[in-house]
Amino acid sequence: MLNKKASEGGRRAALLAAGLMLSACQPPLPDTLRSGLVYCSEGSPESFNPQLVTSGTTIDAISQQLYDRLLDIAPGSGELLPGLALSWQVSSDGLEYRFTLRPDVQFHRTEYFSPSRPFNAEDVVFTFNRIMQDEHPFHRQGGGNYPFFQSVDWAALVNSVTALDEYQVRFTLNRPDSSFLSNLATDFAAILSAEYGAQLLVAGTPQLIDSKPVGTGPFRFKEYQKDVLIRYYRHRQYWRELAKPEQLVFDIVPNNARRMAKLFTHECDVVAFPRVAELGLISKRPDVDVQESTSMNVGFWAFNTTKPPFDNVKVRQALALAINRDAILQAVYFGHATRANSVLPPTSWAYNDDLAITGFDPKRARELLKEAGFANGFSMDIWAMPVQRLYNPNALKMAELMQADLAQIGVRASIVSYEWNSFRRKLGANEHDSVLIGWSADNADPDNFFRPLLSCSAAQTGTNRANWCDETFDRLIGQALLTADQKQRRSFYMAAQQYLSEQMPLVPIAHSQRFQALNSRISGVEINPYGGIALAGATKEAP
Amino acid sequence: MILYLLRRLFLLGFVFIALSILAFSLAYLFPGEAWQNFSGLRDVPAAEMQEVIARYRLEHGYLSQYLAYLGRIFSGDWGLSFASQQPLLKEMLPLLPATIELAAYALFISFVIGIPLGIAAAIKPDGLLSKAISALAVAGYSIPVFWWALLLIMVLSLGLGWLPTAGRIGVLYEINQVTGFMLLDILLADSPHQQAALYNALRHLLLPTLVLATFPTTVMIRFTRDSMLEVWEQSYIKTARAKGLNRAQVLYRHGLRNALLPVIRQIGLQFSTLITLAMITEVIFSWPGIGRWLIDSIYQRNYPAIQAGLLVVSTLVITVNMLTEILHTLFNPLARKR
Repeated sequence: MLNKKASEGGRRAALLAAGLMLSACQPPLPDTLRSGLVYCSEGSPESFNPQLVTSGTTIDAISQQLYDRLLDIAPGSGELLPGLALSWQVSSDGLEYRFTLRPDVQFHRTEYFSPSRPFNAEDVVFTFNRIMQDEHPFHRQGGGNYPFFQSVDWAALVNSVTALDEYQVRFTLNRPDSSFLSNLATDFAAILSAEYGAQLLVAGTPQLIDSKPVGTGPFRFKEYQKDVLIRYYRHRQYWRELAKPEQLVFDIVPNNARRMAKLFTHECDVVAFPRVAELGLISKRPDVDVQESTSMNVGFWAFNTTKPPFDNVKVRQALALAINRDAILQAVYFGHATRANSVLPPTSWAYNDDLAITGFDPKRARELLKEAGFANGFSMDIWAMPVQRLYNPNALKMAELMQADLAQIGVRASIVSYEWNSFRRKLGANEHDSVLIGWSADNADPDNFFRPLLSCSAAQTGTNRANWCDETFDRLIGQALLTADQKQRRSFYMAAQQYLSEQMPLVPIAHSQRFQALNSRISGVEINPYGGIALAGATKEAP
Repeated sequence: MILYLLRRLFLLGFVFIALSILAFSLAYLFPGEAWQNFSGLRDVPAAEMQEVIARYRLEHGYLSQYLAYLGRIFSGDWGLSFASQQPLLKEMLPLLPATIELAAYALFISFVIGIPLGIAAAIKPDGLLSKAISALAVAGYSIPVFWWALLLIMVLSLGLGWLPTAGRIGVLYEINQVTGFMLLDILLADSPHQQAALYNALRHLLLPTLVLATFPTTVMIRFTRDSMLEVWEQSYIKTARAKGLNRAQVLYRHGLRNALLPVIRQIGLQFSTLITLAMITEVIFSWPGIGRWLIDSIYQRNYPAIQAGLLVVSTLVITVNMLTEILHTLFNPLARKR
């Protein structure tokens, strides 16, 4: 067989002699190819406008590449940095934010749009009014849903956005909110072009605004073939340092194994989300590096606190003590995660170091159950989410480990799982006893871990998996928002964490790391702990 | 001869009508409402339902519906895809050249390799060379194509890193699609890195073509060999030898021409197998052809797409079949008279 194949190959080569001879005297590759970067992503983007989405896949593909925000977050410290806004002032009552904008920032020049003026206050007003105003000509484009802005109650918070002059913008709020600036720095708050919007309206094609994007980011849009690829080129008038790659291609490869294969054959330069279980194998190869970065997330076990016996604090504490989290970290996260003690990751500035550590103590757990009147234990369901997420790569396996732990204190747990969409629907209807799920932060503000997860309003909208509505807790996190003084805010969040650890509406399990596998010739890829990946600084060494 | 062509053309039309009836009836045989399967629309507001019924003549009999269906097929309105809500014809047209390109190269390879090997095997039927070639042919014939493909990827791509594993060309090369045939498009493109792109496309083409060519090559070898052996026994060969022609002259003038006639016919017959194998090959190598698209559609229960894909692929197969038949007749006066 091989013999024949060899001869076949030989003849084949002869046939293609013209083509193959070129390899001997290969012409020097043009810049677009030599410095081009291929990022193999796990799925197609839903839209090219970050305002409309929450999925990490989409954010990775579009936010940092095509757009800029008024503010940026320093990846290390979580500090706010000037972006398209040079500076900002907050009024003493915390209701007025004035931004001075950066001059001479150019929008993308593409086949479908040629900007006639640089970025100015009009663009900021256009961008945010699209989210807030029902009568805005673009508000209903793409369904009229702005999930991130709805989750922070933007419409009720922001009263108006006004352009004071060409480079001055004023945001007026209805109430003080110290997480406001952080929200402006998230990947979702990308700035769009008002001039492009006006041009589309004149042309009668407003729907193109989200599929043929124009931004100020390091790359400009070239083409998108659904389920195949996205192609970007360098934005030549970018106001920061120009992007290193002349061309950036997102090669869409949903299959895990295939993405790995493409990394090994050097068809991909960077590969999204290698499977944690394969990291050992990957790091053995000399031509591939594995990059690890902390990510602001938490995987947890939430109890449905409106259902008996989970309305009993003692039962919740007993269950928390019965779980061997070290074993879970090993078996589920393969050691690539830190043990969680609070919902907040330790890298957050509001993290409470003094929390009592909830260890693995089945004996104490049995005592607590006895005190609560369940000396003989009880039966319960653990819902395990059917999908793989950064904060929980294998919920089913985790549930199995917990099942064994719980059996030791006499609690008989059965594992429940549905297809992802029905799973979320049933969760929203609070049909569960307890669930293994988690959360990834959108910005550096600690509020992003408390309000969407455990507040009463989250219980109403259905994102509060513990279905927990507690006045004391809501007051604590509400007060933290009313002041801008970080010390004061920290003390409120410390108290909130203390309260959570006593009440235990959910058991934090792990904060996991995010991984990226890349060709060892690539450097300069940055992963933002609060969201998308930035590829503008990536360089490729010549082979 | 003209009469013959007309007869063939008539037959082609008849087969096409049979195929279109099958595709039409699938709209009723598949789950869901017939109008959904025709139009590709999932939901229609009640107000527009009347329009849909009128458009697809649902209140008329089947015959009237079928005629309307034929009319839509010829006017290019093939309905929408369930998955993407894009017009099906627009979605399929760029895919077809990719499949034809792959199949054509594979067929070409199978000729260039299969026929000489077949002849070589026939020269000394009991020789070692003949036995070796036959053994290889049997092995190539029986090896499952998906396994063979994975094996080659393992060794040539993952192990040695010589060849890419997927796609038609490196994603960094931006080639405008004009004809849909990659190599042609590269030559047409006014690009400064044409040579590099061509080289890259050939590297991408190599593995899938090799895999797809394996089966038809082995068929060619066996067929050429058998046909050659049969012709070699004929009395006119002996006569030619007796006239004093040397072996090579006999082989070329009398043997090959007669032996290759049935081989031409084989191309048509093998084409349907080739397309089936091309589907598998396309899936494995992420080749953006019609086969992969059809298989994806089946997974997604995309009924309008399955319907349209079946019609296109089967029409392609019978057309190629018919063309080779006509070629065969052109070269063979005996068949023409029949």
